[in-house]
Amino acid sequence: MSMPPREKANLNVVSIARTPGGARIDLVMVAEMVERGVKVLDVGCGDGELLRLLSESRDVDGRGIELSREGVNECVAKGLAVIQGDADTDLADYPDDAFDYVILSQTLQATRHPRVVLEHMLRIGRHAIVSFPNFGHWQVRLQILLFGHMPRTDMLPYSWYDTPNIHHCTIKDFRQLCTEVGVKLEKAVALNAWGSPLRLNAPWWFWNLFGEQAVFLLSRKD
Amino acid sequence: MVETDLSSQREAPDDAPRDADHPRDSLIASFGVDKPLKLDAGVELSPFQIAYKTYGTLNADRSNAVLICHALTGDQHVANLHPVTKKSGWWETLVGPGKPIDTERYFVICPNVVGACMGTTGPSSTNPKTGNPWGLEFPVITIRDMVRAQAMLLDHLGIEQLFAVAGGSMGGMQVLQWAASYPSRVFSALPIACATRHSAQNIAFHEVGRQAIMADPEWRGGRYHLEGTNPRRGLAVARMGAHITYLSDAALHRKFGRKFQDRENPTFSFDADFEVESYLRYQGISFVERFDANSYLYLTRAMDYFDLAADYGGVLANAFKGAQTRFCVISFTSDWLFPTSESRAMVHALNAASARVSFAEIVTDKGHDAFLLDEPELFAIVRGFLDGARKARGLAAKS
Repeated sequence: MSMPPREKANLNVVSIARTPGGARIDLVMVAEMVERGVKVLDVGCGDGELLRLLSESRDVDGRGIELSREGVNECVAKGLAVIQGDADTDLADYPDDAFDYVILSQTLQATRHPRVVLEHMLRIGRHAIVSFPNFGHWQVRLQILLFGHMPRTDMLPYSWYDTPNIHHCTIKDFRQLCTEVGVKLEKAVALNAWGSPLRLNAPWWFWNLFGEQAVFLLSRKD
Repeated sequence: MVETDLSSQREAPDDAPRDADHPRDSLIASFGVDKPLKLDAGVELSPFQIAYKTYGTLNADRSNAVLICHALTGDQHVANLHPVTKKSGWWETLVGPGKPIDTERYFVICPNVVGACMGTTGPSSTNPKTGNPWGLEFPVITIRDMVRAQAMLLDHLGIEQLFAVAGGSMGGMQVLQWAASYPSRVFSALPIACATRHSAQNIAFHEVGRQAIMADPEWRGGRYHLEGTNPRRGLAVARMGAHITYLSDAALHRKFGRKFQDRENPTFSFDADFEVESYLRYQGISFVERFDANSYLYLTRAMDYFDLAADYGGVLANAFKGAQTRFCVISFTSDWLFPTSESRAMVHALNAASARVSFAEIVTDKGHDAFLLDEPELFAIVRGFLDGARKARGLAAKS
């Protein structure tokens, strides 16, 4: 089985803020957007932390897809329903309306066809939740502007030549994509560098500059 | 490693056919003429019997039963000393007290399949109509027939739903057939190193094995029990050929390389100069001590006929439609007999049917045989999957 050299794409968050209970704040944000007792597909589920959080805190029936074999085997050994697969190729095999929520956590920027992936997510599930590092964050902008090199931050720790992240986008870019695909934006949260949500009434340009990462809850337009 | 000459085999034990009817160290469930086994071939097998072993204790609400399905050359002795070979059970790595399939927690049942030769009715059993061994008069059986018989055994034991069904290779085929035929009776399923259909290449290998048996003059058109002969050479060659397919190039190289067997130089003869030759001969010879040649024909045929999608209008997902069963599919990187691509196709079909499925591929160079060997990752995955299923089923920690 030849796999593309993008192993652990979703494990690229090395130093992310955690709650006092030890849960990753971005995952808690995602979990809070999910209704209780629903059916969830986590695309790029890594070591299963979100699936576990969802099953413990939201009582969901969770399934996962993960690219790295280590991640998959770790998840299955934890009793999670996870299969090895690739967001770019394997979502096409899922039937329409198979899930209530399809989640793409910190993986969008590592997919080959983000738009196709997003379209599949909202075909397979009624709702989609997407979280991603914001390439419009001021630190990212500053590194290119002042130092003239590809940005490296806590959220984006890779060098340009070995990064699994091939499709970076800003919060503004992602909103644009949502408009083009024709999906309904239900809710959005931006987190600052310390993992705290930004002011809800802040304008989008503020989020785009100060949000280190964003979490979007989307649904079909009809 | 034992070097053995194929021509100097001990004679078949006189009680071989009788042994087929009265297995040692096994339980027997007999089904009379009122309970025939309806076969896919369109005939009924009656009367018949199933030889099986159990381990652990069935709990009060009969919810902790685990059915283990054995592979082509396996049998019911999954976790005890084998009565013929005196070796440990074929899945003792996985089944036993404290093992991933924990017999302190689960009631494990392992039946010998229909068509086999360790006490369940098969071609070496006595045909009640003639009083002689069935031989080729025995009807051709399928994986579905094996599973039907196992369902009758469960009825006999008063077990409505299995907590889990697990098996590798041909055993995995039975697991899949169980999930398709009796979805409400299977809470969780572990098809390991298998496929939803037998590939052309695998059918081809089986045909070579069968031809080796039939080409042995001692086979006598399958009537060797009656004529006091035994197609040992043919069966041994079939086993040798098959055994190569259970390994991998890397494993053979690691184990044997080009090493000579007990000699410094080649003998310039057709002796087993190489260790790998000696090993294969030993595999062939030790196999004929415990296996019946006609059973080998019937069981390989059953695997060849297996094509789950064909039974459901060519759409594999339909086989699992509405399945509530929790699946754990496992494959091995170096298994070229049942490669990962086959398991992946299975997983796609299960996903299309919205079934709850886990799928893990384990990295190993040990080939198809890996499912029987010491693979810590396999143990961790089986244990984790069953723990999750146990919580979902509400089973107590100990039976």
